[in-house]
Amino acid sequence: MAEARSNALSVCNVVKVFGSGPGAVTALNDVSVNIEANEFFTLLGPSGCGKTTLLRLTAGFEQPTGGEIFLFGEEIENLPPHHRPVNTVFQHYALFPHMTVTENIGFGLKMLKWNASDIQARVSETLALVKMEAFATRKPAQMSGGQQQRIALARALAPRPKVLLLDEPLSALDLKLRQAMRQELKTLQRETGITFIFVTHDQEEALTMSDRIAVMSEGQIQQIGAPLDIYERPLNRFVADFIGDTNFITARIAAISGSKATCTAGGGLSFSTPMVGEHSKGDTVTLALRPEKIKLKAATARAKGSATIANATYLGTDTTYEIALTRDVMVTARDQNIAAGMGRFNAGDRVSLEFAAGSARMLTD
Amino acid sequence: MKRQRKGFVLGHYPGMNLWTALFFVYLYAPMLVLVVYAFNDSDRAQIWRGFSTRWFYKAFANDSIQDAAINSLIIAVCATVVATTLATLAALAMARTGEFKGRSATLGLISLPLVVPEIATAVATLSFFAVIGFQLGLLSIIVAHTVFCIPFAFLPIRARLEGMNDTLEQAAGDLYANEWQTFRHITLPLLMPGIVAGAMLSFIISIDDFIITLMVSGAGATTLPLYIYGMIRQGITPEVNVISTVMLGISIVFISAYWFMTKGDDHTTTH
Repeated sequence: MAEARSNALSVCNVVKVFGSGPGAVTALNDVSVNIEANEFFTLLGPSGCGKTTLLRLTAGFEQPTGGEIFLFGEEIENLPPHHRPVNTVFQHYALFPHMTVTENIGFGLKMLKWNASDIQARVSETLALVKMEAFATRKPAQMSGGQQQRIALARALAPRPKVLLLDEPLSALDLKLRQAMRQELKTLQRETGITFIFVTHDQEEALTMSDRIAVMSEGQIQQIGAPLDIYERPLNRFVADFIGDTNFITARIAAISGSKATCTAGGGLSFSTPMVGEHSKGDTVTLALRPEKIKLKAATARAKGSATIANATYLGTDTTYEIALTRDVMVTARDQNIAAGMGRFNAGDRVSLEFAAGSARMLTD
Repeated sequence: MKRQRKGFVLGHYPGMNLWTALFFVYLYAPMLVLVVYAFNDSDRAQIWRGFSTRWFYKAFANDSIQDAAINSLIIAVCATVVATTLATLAALAMARTGEFKGRSATLGLISLPLVVPEIATAVATLSFFAVIGFQLGLLSIIVAHTVFCIPFAFLPIRARLEGMNDTLEQAAGDLYANEWQTFRHITLPLLMPGIVAGAMLSFIISIDDFIITLMVSGAGATTLPLYIYGMIRQGITPEVNVISTVMLGISIVFISAYWFMTKGDDHTTTH
């Protein structure tokens, strides 16, 4: 396992089944992923996709039904949590209510048998890192949710774990605070150089903070990639649908040249896309096209390739238009409101659609 | 303007305050009489002859009462310590080992002594001791008290544990605490209000018990309730009132403490 050794975390063919018999639930179905050192890695997916289970397996709160987990080359899947050099930031903070902030942050160090003065020094240092020096003597109940969140973060960072696990840590905060914390988490990760594994169901969080994202669904990883890859080059329908808005267009492959294909769809649309999977000329495939990639131009009723706007929805920064390509093929386009007013077009207007080559993606399913 | 409908609010009906007052008189008048007559100067409890605390001095100086009180304390302390320890272990086993077969049956069996008629328990205990040849005396009372104190200690401890989810214990494990350290630093301190509450309930129940104690006490092992009963058979003197008043006072102190302990739960329980 040479590869496993150079990675911060290697998850190899992990299976997790809860319960047994007919009521058994497969939470993870043969999941493999390699997370590099110093990476901000996000597990993204809807609730029940297995992302939290994967985190809990890494922390040691659950044992895998099958497969191996390596932490910097050391096999850890059978170690109890207190023998794993990873720390967790829990969704609801899980601060010890009977201890002060200082005692909470020092707890891990105390269990590691550090001496009192070293603990004191590290606690102060960590409090400064999360800008909470003034709260050292408070009890958790005397702090707001956002403050408790910072203390939970400090407590998990204080022992300088090899990997920090974050289980939807921002989900209990309000919107403004959540946005501020995103930036801070990213900064903290860069300053400490600790590998972060971040679990969330919020695509915006994932896109703004991560170096790489693993999109999960139904116990399997659907795609792993940088935010740009995930958004611009979704592999399958689930990824394209879960992240952002997407038009799914059923098209036929009209021509293949090398790794490129030309596809045609109803309403006289033609797309040039990279080939994905085993397809040949004449096959029907699904294309994903982001609404903001479609450029609308006013057209006359008779212009070739023009269509009618069925519906316009004003969203503030943008206006979305539902456009009827044929009687039963609709696409949604998103147009930025650069000029003052409701948007450039109204329902019933005729428009023609333009998009750059490669903006539509062929999906594997 | 339309008259607003108030709905059914009991307090708005005539005579409500009077009935409430009568209800409390019914509940507490006998105890009030008991306490007042403890300060009676008369030799006979039922005839008021003026205020005096002389019966308190007399009662506290009485060797037999002192012996009975010491017996009661020894029994209550021993039974409380053993019952609370066992109840804590039982509550931990019930709340932290996950689902197991017969879990609800176990729960029922632990709590069952609360609803079994005390006379049945008393007779059963006595018969059992006779069968196994257990010498009646202080020890037999302690064993019997321990048994019926367990469910009383168990209930508040378990209630406390149910309110604590295991995330805090996981967090401790995540921060390098082994199972013993987790128990010592996290579970036990957080469980303490429940344990103290359970111990106080056990203590009160033990101090107060009469029927079972009467059955399983041997010669020479007299507790305060047994002694009071013996005194009453020779006629009620203010001395009886004095002992009863002191016991009432102790109970009130403990129950108030219990109430304050459990009231604070909202602040310390995590969710």
